[in-house]
Amino acid sequence: MALAGRRDAPEPPDFGILKRLARDQLVYLLEQLPGKKDLFIEADLMSPLDRIANVSILKHDVDKLYKVETRPGPGASDQFCFLVRPRVRTMRFIADIVNADKMSGRSRKYKIIFSPQKFYACEMILEEEGVFGDVTCDEWSFYLLPLDEDIISMELPEFFRDYFLEGDHRWINPVARALQLLNSLYGPFGKTYGIGRCAKMSYELWQDLEEESESEGQGRKPEIGHVFLMDRDTDYVTALCSQVVYEGLVDDTFRIKCGSVDFGPDVTSSDKSIKVLLNSQDKVFSQIRNEHFSSMFGFLSQKSRNLQAQYDRRRGMDIKQMKDFVSQELKGLKQEHRLLSLPLLEGFDIRESTSFIEEHIDRQVSPIESLRLMCLLSITENGLVPKDYRSLKTQYLQSYGPEHLLTFHNLKRIGLLMEQSAGETLTAVESKVSKLVTDRAAGKITDAFNSLARKSNFRAISKKLGLVCPRGELAGHSAHGAQSSA
Amino acid sequence: MEVNSLRDIVDDDDDDLERVSWSGEPVGSISWSIKETASGSTSSLDGRDSSLQKGSSSYAALPKQGSSYSLSSLFKGRNKLSSFQSLSDALTDTGVKNYAPELRRPRAEYKDYSSDWSPKDTVRRMQRGKVCSLERFRSLQDKLVLLDEAVSGHDGNVITAVLIFLKRTLRREILFRELEVRQVALCHLIHFLRETGEQKFLLDLLRFLDRTEEVALSQYREHLNIQDVEKRREFLKGCIGLPFSAEDTSHIQDHYTLLERQIIIEANDRHLEMAGQSELFRKYPRKASILNMPLVTTLFYSCFYHYTEAEGMFSSPTNLKKTFKIPDKQYVLTALAARAKLRAWGDVDALLTTKNWLGYTKKKAPIGFHRVVEILQRNNAPVQVLQEYVRLVEDVETRLNLATKYKCHDVVIETYRDLKDRVQLTAYKCKVERGSAEEEKIQSILSNMQIRWKN
Repeated sequence: MALAGRRDAPEPPDFGILKRLARDQLVYLLEQLPGKKDLFIEADLMSPLDRIANVSILKHDVDKLYKVETRPGPGASDQFCFLVRPRVRTMRFIADIVNADKMSGRSRKYKIIFSPQKFYACEMILEEEGVFGDVTCDEWSFYLLPLDEDIISMELPEFFRDYFLEGDHRWINPVARALQLLNSLYGPFGKTYGIGRCAKMSYELWQDLEEESESEGQGRKPEIGHVFLMDRDTDYVTALCSQVVYEGLVDDTFRIKCGSVDFGPDVTSSDKSIKVLLNSQDKVFSQIRNEHFSSMFGFLSQKSRNLQAQYDRRRGMDIKQMKDFVSQELKGLKQEHRLLSLPLLEGFDIRESTSFIEEHIDRQVSPIESLRLMCLLSITENGLVPKDYRSLKTQYLQSYGPEHLLTFHNLKRIGLLMEQSAGETLTAVESKVSKLVTDRAAGKITDAFNSLARKSNFRAISKKLGLVCPRGELAGHSAHGAQSSA
Repeated sequence: MEVNSLRDIVDDDDDDLERVSWSGEPVGSISWSIKETASGSTSSLDGRDSSLQKGSSSYAALPKQGSSYSLSSLFKGRNKLSSFQSLSDALTDTGVKNYAPELRRPRAEYKDYSSDWSPKDTVRRMQRGKVCSLERFRSLQDKLVLLDEAVSGHDGNVITAVLIFLKRTLRREILFRELEVRQVALCHLIHFLRETGEQKFLLDLLRFLDRTEEVALSQYREHLNIQDVEKRREFLKGCIGLPFSAEDTSHIQDHYTLLERQIIIEANDRHLEMAGQSELFRKYPRKASILNMPLVTTLFYSCFYHYTEAEGMFSSPTNLKKTFKIPDKQYVLTALAARAKLRAWGDVDALLTTKNWLGYTKKKAPIGFHRVVEILQRNNAPVQVLQEYVRLVEDVETRLNLATKYKCHDVVIETYRDLKDRVQLTAYKCKVERGSAEEEKIQSILSNMQIRWKN
């Protein structure tokens, strides 16, 4: 997001320390295996690594760089180093390599560096595969990657699925450690606030870790004051809505990964793809990123006249490219967006929304988009009417593939796309609120919508809690809890 | 070292209680029994102590029944019982220490070994990443205390580690029974089993929990791992009988039928392509195989390559429509897209024309004519064709927009005339070519005295 520029706001803390710490530790770990070696890196770690340490830093020690899941060639080094996330699948890949070497009588040294930490299940696999004694294991405690002045990411995309869908708490420890790290560098924190089960558990584990580490208050002025921990599932709506600010649109269309975007040849209209770093350092980007896309054209035209001469081409997309992008790529999107936002978000006629979604599916526009729309409808309406649910599901399977039967079950489990059980439509109060929203100007997301969403979210939360527990004994409990707080 | 291994040193006995006689008396002998009875049975603990040389555990635990002669009690140094005294004397006297000299090590030295830690401590240590042997947690109760501690510690890595240990040391029905009432731990085990691909164990667990639908889904999911189409088809056939909901069963049935048909179509079409006889296939070579594609894609393919085939053929669009009960809307949309791509405007027209009982034809589009126009325009339909359908767009504003955008002049002119909008019509004159038929048309309408212009 980057700061809105309040003049009385204090300077943000220097998060560069995090990068330096991580880099130094990595170099140290690599040097534990002295001499030339080949480095296998997990795909997920490549971008973060890029942001922390230039590949050139690795160059002095590393002969060849492979992506994990590629087999090494015959001319490979005598020492292999694997920089990986703690996944079972990856362990099997490594074990295959080691065992293959054993079979062919090739002797090598193997080192596994787990990021951010090693899991016991991984060791179990290595043991099972008979290679536990052949490898050395280390942990690269890389918990936090600064993406911008004011955004730090843990770069754990699997967190969502592992915790919210599978109910696995494996990442709570890394979260707690990340908090601990931040606290020790930029704290001590003042108060901590939180919403959600995961927030609570992370907090508790973090406090445990703090107690043990016996670090004193340090007596210095904290750079971070308060902490707010929020579970993603308290507000799915925001995450599901199509983004209407510039940065969001770039993300929706091209996927911003780790603070940068890859633009393929079809966009750059040249032979090469370019990778562009998008953060507040890019002057033009930082000004337009939070602008609503409807104002893009005017803004950019104006800007181009002023800045064309001065703009540093190496920084990223120049004005002309951005303008072209906006006018070509986004034009189509703009139309879609107008059509999308109107019925759904403003809480209009449900039939209209449903038939819009139907059409979207029929045209095979995009499997993710279609799901997004359905989930939004489900959340705002507290579940789809069974008839609609069944018919949309059938159409989805027909358009995008029968295996998505599994997708629907996952979404149901997590509470994103559900069927209404009898008698659960929005109450009179909620439809009143929705009427409020329809009186406003259409086309932009309003606060009123947010409050509507929050209100029906309460229902969704209580229903979801009931569903998550398969035995159903909590259902009565949580419904009460939600009603009293609502 | 386990209690049992000492039997190698001492005389083996087939007594089912873990008892060793250090004074040399055969266990079960009268003198031995007398000592037994005299010593009583409250000398705390624990056959849990499997690591002899490491000393004994210090946390509270269930006393083992009548095992005053358990090894741990021997080395605790708690000489409460007189008969006990004699045994330790016996120890120092006899050459037993020669067999296992490390047994005599002072207790303080054992602290570095893991057996001193309570379940809570063990979990804490594991959260810090330390190596911890869980072997000492042998009784079911200890195992469960350990598991519950792990769960309240919130660290999923530790929870899974404990579950791995329990899985290895408990019969599965016992494990299942205990997990049934421990939701969090259950989720972890299920996730772990999925990750490691232990399908059979997972299915047994789900069946035990009576989660029949999940059993069905987990089995169905496996089809994604089968690359060979024939094998996948067979597998899907087997999935049909699984305990899905009624509605899901029909989806699975459809999946099977679709793949079955695709295999047949693919085989035939590949022949056709190779044979090189079909012009269609020559002109538009197939970019990909139809196998494992969604139904709508398959329909599009069929409308593209097999449009005129009789309903009896598996590859015909009408057959697909009937077999899978494809709704009209979807059918028209897809067929339209396919025929438009082939620039078969006649087919497009036929699709959108219905004949009523009087024999009159009417244009109808279950998807809305604006959609039709969009599809045709995307496929570069000539203006005359496009115009036909722009004219039929119901919403006037949309009609005007589209007509203006795609330069369907006649439609614009006619619409403005119908709206009696003289201003707009006059303005539009500049958009048409000088001296063209359109300009003339506008002119003649503008000069028409009969029209009651609104402006």
